[in-house]
Amino acid sequence: MMRMQPHSEFSGLPVPASAAPIAIELSEASVTFGRGDRAVPALATTTLRIADGEFVALVGPSGCGKSTILRLASGLVQPSTGVVIVGGREVAARALRVGMAFQNPTMLPWMTIERNIMLPLKIVEPFRSQFRKLRKTEFRDKANALLEQVGLKGFGNRYPWQLSGGMLQRANLCRALIHEPRMLLLDEPFGALDQFTREELWSILQDLWIAHKPTVLLVTHDLREAAFLGSRICVMSARPGRILDDSHVTFARPRTVAMTFEPDFVALNQKLRAFIVDARTASKEVAATQGAA
Amino acid sequence: MPDFDYRQKAWSAGLIVLFFVAWELFCLMTGMSDLVLPRPSQVFVTLFEKFPILWPHILQTLATTMIGFVLGVGLGVVLGAVIGVSKTAYDTAYPLLVGFSSIPKVAVVPIFVLWFGSGSVPAVLTALSICFFPIVVNIATGLATTEPELEDVLKALGASKLDILWNVGLPRTMPFFFASLKVAVSYAFVGAVLSETVASNRGIGNVMMTASSNFNVPLVFAGLFVLAGLGVALYVIFSVIEGRVTGWATRKSDVIAT
Repeated sequence: MMRMQPHSEFSGLPVPASAAPIAIELSEASVTFGRGDRAVPALATTTLRIADGEFVALVGPSGCGKSTILRLASGLVQPSTGVVIVGGREVAARALRVGMAFQNPTMLPWMTIERNIMLPLKIVEPFRSQFRKLRKTEFRDKANALLEQVGLKGFGNRYPWQLSGGMLQRANLCRALIHEPRMLLLDEPFGALDQFTREELWSILQDLWIAHKPTVLLVTHDLREAAFLGSRICVMSARPGRILDDSHVTFARPRTVAMTFEPDFVALNQKLRAFIVDARTASKEVAATQGAA
Repeated sequence: MPDFDYRQKAWSAGLIVLFFVAWELFCLMTGMSDLVLPRPSQVFVTLFEKFPILWPHILQTLATTMIGFVLGVGLGVVLGAVIGVSKTAYDTAYPLLVGFSSIPKVAVVPIFVLWFGSGSVPAVLTALSICFFPIVVNIATGLATTEPELEDVLKALGASKLDILWNVGLPRTMPFFFASLKVAVSYAFVGAVLSETVASNRGIGNVMMTASSNFNVPLVFAGLFVLAGLGVALYVIFSVIEGRVTGWATRKSDVIAT
């Protein structure tokens, strides 16, 4: 049912499932914050290629640099060494049509939900130059269509503080999608939600992915989430993070929540879990030896 | 938000009335001379009788205050934005600003008079110099404390610094800005009146100065009442605008006093 490819970082790159062009490429990229004695390595030298239209889930122990990979791909962080190429261009200050959603919904509190969702259209070309012209109504319709898709119909004119956490996170997804990005970068977007809302949003996200096939890079703590959503799962080691395992998930889509209780799925979960437990133990041993020395 | 409930309003009004009644009774019972402390009823009568004479002075003070205030706000916003956007500028310019703001503005009035003669110009400049500092500090602090998460939302879209300032920084700073406006407008009054008392032949400050040298104490107090009334009126106007613009920031509490 599924194919696991154990992969060491020196043995070359995992082959993408299809011959699709590369959307995100990290070559020998590493990130260190601070300098000199205070330098904190956040990401060890990492090479990762993500094909166009792939849905990659990134899992690993906390603080391992998962978010750093995401921030590299979005251009929020520059690599200390190596190169990051996104959409065929080296990531410079200016990112391209990337949609991003963080664990915290970060809706701007002075705007209605609708205006929050339309925010990327005010920034990203080609929408930006059309924003002030006649297309404003069109954009508003677009925002409301998305809101309806995630079950928030009629909430567009509310303010963020009038919505629950789950509702905000749905709106957050809408904002990440409104400018039709070819790339979605999601940083634990469902982390703060209850189990049922989370599962509901998995299905919504999966539907959106099936419909538009953007490249998705999802950082998550939740192994079920990774296995449910991902076409491919990368497991990372403890800080400074590197990729320990890279495997494809071949369950048929659309996947259902019921599938997550089937033996194959559970087995995959256990396998992922084992990787992370090992990584955590290893990092503790390293810390212990360093402490003794 | 200027969204008091009625009970709160009634209490406030009651306290003001009580204050004047207590004052009146105090003067009557102690037989206080009106050369020292006139009764409020006397002050109101004087205010009413002398109003035609006071009116042009009120307009004068209001005009110099507002011109100084508007210029001060303009300058303060620009300077605050420059300092708030850049950490280096913030750290570099702050000591100078604090130094400047620590100078008692009374000491500056003679210099303005020396440069521009007596009259409206020193009043405007004093109002400006005294009211612009709280604006600078609040705008700069508001911008400097903008949550990086909010900025990241736009940065990830490839927004320019100007986009971020316009869409996140400035709206986020509005509550700080309005808080400082309410302080600044009172300060501007202080500055204008101060300058008028020292060097002008027009304005409420000058009226009070002249009245006190004539021992017309009720008129001095009438001037005070006028100033208090104007101050409250401007405060209320800005509170109302604030409630409209930054209601999102004060939804939890009824009133944010500054």
